[in-house]
Amino acid sequence: MTTKDATYNYAIRLGDNALILGHRLSELCSKGPILEEDLALTNVALDMIGRAQALLKYAAELEGKGHTEDDIAYRRAEINYHNHLLIEQPNGDFAHTIARQLYLSVFEYLFFTELEKSKDATLAAIASKTIKEVKYHMQHAIDWSLRLGDGTAESHKRMQKGLNDLWMYTGELFEMDVLDTYLLHQHIAVDTIALKAKWQSEIEKILREATLTLPEDTYMQTGSKKGIHTENLGHILSEMQYLQRAYPDAKW
Amino acid sequence: MHNEHSDTHFQSRIDNGEHIEAKDYMPEGYRKHLIRQMSQHAHSEVIGMQPEGNWITRAPSLRAKQILLAKIQDEGGHGLYLYSAVETLGVSRAELIEQLQTGKAKYSSIFNYPALNWADIGAIGWLVDGAAIVNQVSLQRTSYGPYSRAMVRICKEESFHQRQGYEIMTTMMRGTKDQQAMAQDAMNRWWWPALMMFGPHDSDSPRSGDAVKWKIKRETNDELRQKFIDKTIPQAELIGLTIPDKNFKLDEKTGHYTLSPINWEEFHRVVAGHGPCNKQRLDHHIKYHQEGAWVREAAEAYKVKTAKKELVTA
Amino acid sequence: MATDTQLDLWEVFIQSKSGLPYIHSGSVHASDVKMAMQNARDIYTRRGEGTSIWVVPAKHISASNPDDNDMLFDPSNDKIYRHPTFYVMPEGAKNI
Repeated sequence: MTTKDATYNYAIRLGDNALILGHRLSELCSKGPILEEDLALTNVALDMIGRAQALLKYAAELEGKGHTEDDIAYRRAEINYHNHLLIEQPNGDFAHTIARQLYLSVFEYLFFTELEKSKDATLAAIASKTIKEVKYHMQHAIDWSLRLGDGTAESHKRMQKGLNDLWMYTGELFEMDVLDTYLLHQHIAVDTIALKAKWQSEIEKILREATLTLPEDTYMQTGSKKGIHTENLGHILSEMQYLQRAYPDAKW
Repeated sequence: MHNEHSDTHFQSRIDNGEHIEAKDYMPEGYRKHLIRQMSQHAHSEVIGMQPEGNWITRAPSLRAKQILLAKIQDEGGHGLYLYSAVETLGVSRAELIEQLQTGKAKYSSIFNYPALNWADIGAIGWLVDGAAIVNQVSLQRTSYGPYSRAMVRICKEESFHQRQGYEIMTTMMRGTKDQQAMAQDAMNRWWWPALMMFGPHDSDSPRSGDAVKWKIKRETNDELRQKFIDKTIPQAELIGLTIPDKNFKLDEKTGHYTLSPINWEEFHRVVAGHGPCNKQRLDHHIKYHQEGAWVREAAEAYKVKTAKKELVTA
Repeated sequence: MATDTQLDLWEVFIQSKSGLPYIHSGSVHASDVKMAMQNARDIYTRRGEGTSIWVVPAKHISASNPDDNDMLFDPSNDKIYRHPTFYVMPEGAKNI
C-alpha cells in the first residue's frame, strides 16, 4: 500500500459519506414539516454534495487515470462504495432525520476538527471549510433534538425511537482498519477511536437536556469499510446512476 | 378635504404610480384580487417543487444535482416570500394552505404535467421558468408594495433558472441521438402548456380589466404571451429544436410570430382537475403537510415550555 | 390540536455589509428565536446577501396609520432650514 493509494481510499470513504447523506437529504425536498425547514434541510444537502464533489475530485486526482468526480460517483458498484451504514438507512419521519443528523453532525464536528490538522494539505483544506458547515448542521440538529425531545409526548416518543433505531449503526463511525491506522501513522488520517468517548458524552449531554436517554448498548453493525452494505445502498445507486449507466456515451 | 377612504382617491393614487401598502385604504375587489393572485402564485412555486424534485436523485452529474437542488430550494423560498406578502393582507399561511388543499385556491396548471425524462428539467427551466419570468418581470411594477418587493427579489434570484434550463437543452441537442430525442420529446410536451401559462386570451379573461386598471397586472395575458413566443422561438431554432407547430411563422410586417390556435379545451380540462398529475401533486402536498403536523405541534409545545421555565428562573 | 399551526411570524432585517443599515428582507415562520435566526439565514442569505441578521417577532412591530400621514409627515415639508441647500454661502467659500 502506498500513501497515495491509501489516501485515495480515504478520500473515497469521506466523499461517499457526503454523497450518500446528500442523496438521502435531497430525497426530503418538498417533504419538510414546514416550508422553512424544507429549505434548511436542502441547504444541508447542498453542503454535502459540495463536499462530496471536492473529495471525489481529489480522489480522482490521486487515482491519476483521468477520471472525473462524476466518473467516481456514477460508475462504481456497491462493493466499492464505503459510506457508513448509518448514512444509507432509508429516511423515516422527521425525528429519524434529526436523530441521524445529530449522531453524524456531532461526529463530523469532532472528526473534521482533527482532520484539519492532517499532513495532507488538500484534506486539511477541505476539513477547514467543512467545519464551518458542520457547526451549523450540528446547531440545527441540537435545537431540533431539544424541541422534539422536550416538545409533546408524541414528538418525544418519535425522537427516542429514531435514536434507538439508528444506534446500532453508530459503532462503525469509530472503527479503524489497516488503512486508517496506516494513514494515522503518517499524520494524514484521524484517530476515530479517540473520538468515541467525547462523542458519547456530547450526545449524552444533549439528550439529557432534551429529556431523552442514550440508547442501550447493543451489537454494532459493521461492514462498509469492506464494501459490505445493507440492502439500501444498491437502491440508492441504481437510482443515482441510472442515466450514466443507461447512456454510457452521453455527456451531461 | 378629500376622502382618503374613497375608491376615487385610491384610483388616483394608482394612476399617479404610487404603491399601495398593507394598511392603506384599498377597495375590497382590489384586496380580493391580490389575495387570489398572490396566493395562486405562492402555491404554484411550492407545488412546482414536485415535478423537478422528481429528478434530484437521478440528476446525471454532481453539478446538475447541485443546480437542481438550489433551483428547487429557490422555488420554495419564492413561495415563502409570496405567502408572506399575502399575510400582510391579514390572511394566515395556515388559511392559505387550507385553501390550496381544499381546492378553493388554484396553482399554475403547468405543474400538473409530469417530468418524464431528464430533458424535462431543461424544458421546465427554459420554457416554464422562461414564461414565468416574462410575467414576473412585469409584476415587479405591480401596484401592491409587498407583492412588488417580493417580485423584485424573486426576479433577481430566478435569473439563473432559465439559463440553466437552456444549458441542459443545448447540451442534450449537442449530445447523442438519444439525448436529442429526449430534448425534442420534452419540447413537444412542454411547448403548448407553457404558452397556456399566460392564461386565456384577453377577450376571454373577465378579470383582466380590473387587474390592469388597478395596476396589479401591468400587461395583458396576450401581450406577455407574445413576448415569450418572440424571444423563445429563435432560441429553439438556434439549438436545432423543432417548434411543435406546423403553422408557426414570422409576420414580417409586425416582427411577431403567429402560431396555430391554442387548445383551450385542454387548458380548461387541466384547470378543472383532469391533468395527468393534479391528484398526485395535491395528495403529495397534503400527505407531507399532515406528516409534519406533529413536528409543528412539538415546536409550539417546546416554545410554551421554555417560556414558562424562563418565567420561573427570572 | 384543533387547528393547524404554521408557527409564529417574524420579520427579518439583513445588513449586507458591515457599516451599512439593516434593511427589511422579508419574513419567516418560526416557533422560537433560534429557529427564526436559522430560518432567516437559510432563506435570506443564500447568495451571500448578509453579514448580520436581526429577527423580530412581527407582533412586536408597530406601523404608523396611513390616516395620520398628514399629521405625521406634512409638517416637516416646510422646514426647509433643515437642509444644507437652504443657506446662502458667500461666493468663493470652499469645503463647507
